[in-house]
Amino acid sequence: MQVIQSDVVIIGGGGAGLRAAIAACERDSRLRVALVSKVVPMRSHTVAAEGGAAGVTRGDDSLQYHFDDTVSGGDWLCDQSVVEYFVAHCHEELVRLEHWGCPWSRQADGNINVRFFGGMKVPRTWFAADRSGFHILHTLFQTSLKYPGIKRYDEYFCVEVLVDDGRVRGVLAIEVATGEFVVFESPAVVLCTGGAGRVYRQNTNAGTVTGDGMGLAFRAGVPLRDLEFMQYHPTCLPGTGILMTEACRGEGAILVNKDGYRYLQDYGLGPLDPWPRVKAMELGPRDRLSQAFWHEMKKGRTIATPQGPAVHLDLRHLGAKKIHERLPLIAEAAHTFSGVDAVKEPIPVCPAVHYTMGGILTNVRCETPLPGLYAAGECASVGIHGANRLGSNSLTELVVFGRVAGEQAAHFALGAPRRAGSVLRQAQPTADRMLAMLRNEQGERLAVARDEMRDSMEAGAGIYRTKEGIEETCRKLAELRERYRRGIRLDDRGRAFNTEWLTAIELGNMLEVAQALAHSALERRESRGAHMRLDYEARDDVNFLKHSLACRRGEEPPRIDYMPVTITKSSPRARVYGGEGKQAVLT
Amino acid sequence: MNGKITKTIAIECLRYDPQTDAAPRYQTYEVPFTDEMSVLEGLQYIKDHLDGSLTFRWSCRMAICGSCGGMLNGVPKLSCESFLRDYYPEGVRIEPLNHFPIQRDLAIDQSDFLLKLRSVKAYLIPEAPKPVGEGTFLQTPQQLDDYYQYSKCINCLLCYAACPQYGLDRDFTGPGALALLHRYNADSRDAGKAERMELVNADEGVWGCTLVSYCSEVCPKGVDPARAVNQNKVESTKDYFLRFVAPRRSK
Repeated sequence: MQVIQSDVVIIGGGGAGLRAAIAACERDSRLRVALVSKVVPMRSHTVAAEGGAAGVTRGDDSLQYHFDDTVSGGDWLCDQSVVEYFVAHCHEELVRLEHWGCPWSRQADGNINVRFFGGMKVPRTWFAADRSGFHILHTLFQTSLKYPGIKRYDEYFCVEVLVDDGRVRGVLAIEVATGEFVVFESPAVVLCTGGAGRVYRQNTNAGTVTGDGMGLAFRAGVPLRDLEFMQYHPTCLPGTGILMTEACRGEGAILVNKDGYRYLQDYGLGPLDPWPRVKAMELGPRDRLSQAFWHEMKKGRTIATPQGPAVHLDLRHLGAKKIHERLPLIAEAAHTFSGVDAVKEPIPVCPAVHYTMGGILTNVRCETPLPGLYAAGECASVGIHGANRLGSNSLTELVVFGRVAGEQAAHFALGAPRRAGSVLRQAQPTADRMLAMLRNEQGERLAVARDEMRDSMEAGAGIYRTKEGIEETCRKLAELRERYRRGIRLDDRGRAFNTEWLTAIELGNMLEVAQALAHSALERRESRGAHMRLDYEARDDVNFLKHSLACRRGEEPPRIDYMPVTITKSSPRARVYGGEGKQAVLT
Repeated sequence: MNGKITKTIAIECLRYDPQTDAAPRYQTYEVPFTDEMSVLEGLQYIKDHLDGSLTFRWSCRMAICGSCGGMLNGVPKLSCESFLRDYYPEGVRIEPLNHFPIQRDLAIDQSDFLLKLRSVKAYLIPEAPKPVGEGTFLQTPQQLDDYYQYSKCINCLLCYAACPQYGLDRDFTGPGALALLHRYNADSRDAGKAERMELVNADEGVWGCTLVSYCSEVCPKGVDPARAVNQNKVESTKDYFLRFVAPRRSK
């Protein structure tokens, strides 16, 4: 087995991973930084983010406003000290991206333009048309080419974090092209592997978003925090789940039901006028909008499409010029994937799983409880999203906390003693287990178990949840884990470029992450943010103003513990949207 | 798959495992499909239900990650935004992108392009380092327009599969990397043009292009690499007229 020596190993080459790699190199150019990713970095899912990145920019905005919008948007489950750090560092990181070439959209005078997103008091979303994630990712990737200290290992699939005596020793990976095992020996490992949306069926997420890093950290003994909070994005194409960015509504698009009625006014987001208005109607937060859809569906007021129930996202009044200038990708995607001309017709949309609010437990320095292990981006739970993420906070999170993780990991590596003894001793058992999967003659098809998991998550852990529903999902997941242990029978038995094998390994991660999610949801007997219980409809600050922690118990379902939420200056209040607020001026 | 399935279509895939196969072969799968199903979804159906060993790359399913390019009936396309209905009833033959070594089945080795991207210095080289505290560069919408089109390249490599010159000479920098070179040269914030012109002028630079322009035709994002290459021919001519124009034109 090949052993590669590094000072910092970063798993994942999306926005957070690339930013972390650059930060580690800038901390000390002598560091050997290995960037290990299961796809070539520009294929990472950051590429699909559309709307933009939040950072206080305008004179009428303030860090306090960004803080307040984020904390109330998160239904007071954010760690407020972390949010304070976050909002204070957003702007500088967006400027840095600009210096690296990001083609942010501009005002006529050459300054940065900002747009509205849901749940915002003042517009603060930097955008690059509606390809913001794409441009951020390519800017970071292309900039990373300047740093000789970054050694890329494209298409290396990480299967285990190696731990020895309570400290990180490196990771075990499979080189996809050959199927050979490679150990990256390193005192510091940064997980930047993205979310776990693919444990569900209808999905805005790319096929790669399989919770790998969460599974890796979980198996290394790190708790997964607040996983029950899974964001449904309210406006996606039925069937495929392809995202129609919130920026559509930020630019003025409206949502109507089958009667052409702007139904959001019935769900605490109205009244209709004055319109557009901040934090009201279509500019409400995602959890509320997705929940409103669910109620409309139950009332029979949605539109039947061959791909399922939908409502209409209507952009027509924006006019062809604005649509093509501000939302070109949306116009293109609606046309290609739905056959709809957004200039002339409304787009049928429905909620789909979009973002994993919870993740690997870290503090504000992106440290997990395991010395040497760091996490940043969607795979992490650093504490800024709480129970519901505000749109455009996550792209900024990638660069703010990607940088922190890279710097901290570099700092740790510079001070870490080299460990004696071979690292292969830790790696060999996992490698043997992986190889055994290729020889398995028993068992079921991969897709069967995978689809049962997705359907079960959709049924029991969707927009609205009940005790009975989640219990059934928990039972199903335990059964699927047992079936997975008994074996998946692969068609493909070779090692070189065996994507079926890798998908089967991913499924192992997904089942564990799904189980952590479902059990966290079962134990949270209240409704908060994106976690809605029909049997516990109110928020319960007395018993549940706390983070959940799913702790691994081997083959058993996880144990759910709790930890306090850090509250510095904003005490929980009712979350109020709609009302006769200030009229928003859309640019 | 959601709609009602009433039809099947033949999907013929090139199969090749360099470890075990002496030469590529073709394998045909009969796939049930609905009108909204993409070619990629057809491949996924095969992988899930018929043959787990069929190997191809995919990720975003929405034509932005650049993973799923292939030759569809001989034409370079993204399989996620091509639809089976458009190949019915004749069927579709899927092969890996032309001009690249095959890693396995439909997956090609893209490392050559990644090296080229580095070689063209596809990153912003400012006049002088600018402290973050000074804020952003000013760039008017007009200045943004000067390069924005070229920044939309998703690195899907369809243009390389379309480029006859790249097929003949792998040293040719090729349309995608040259478009990205031009993207930075044309950016008002950039001062690295002189460094990049060396590559533009070299044998493997813009003069390798024989102006077939098929690259721009197949580009799924309207980047128009042929135009980028041509603009750099003008630049190259300006800079090095006597030395370069005459010999390369005869090619």
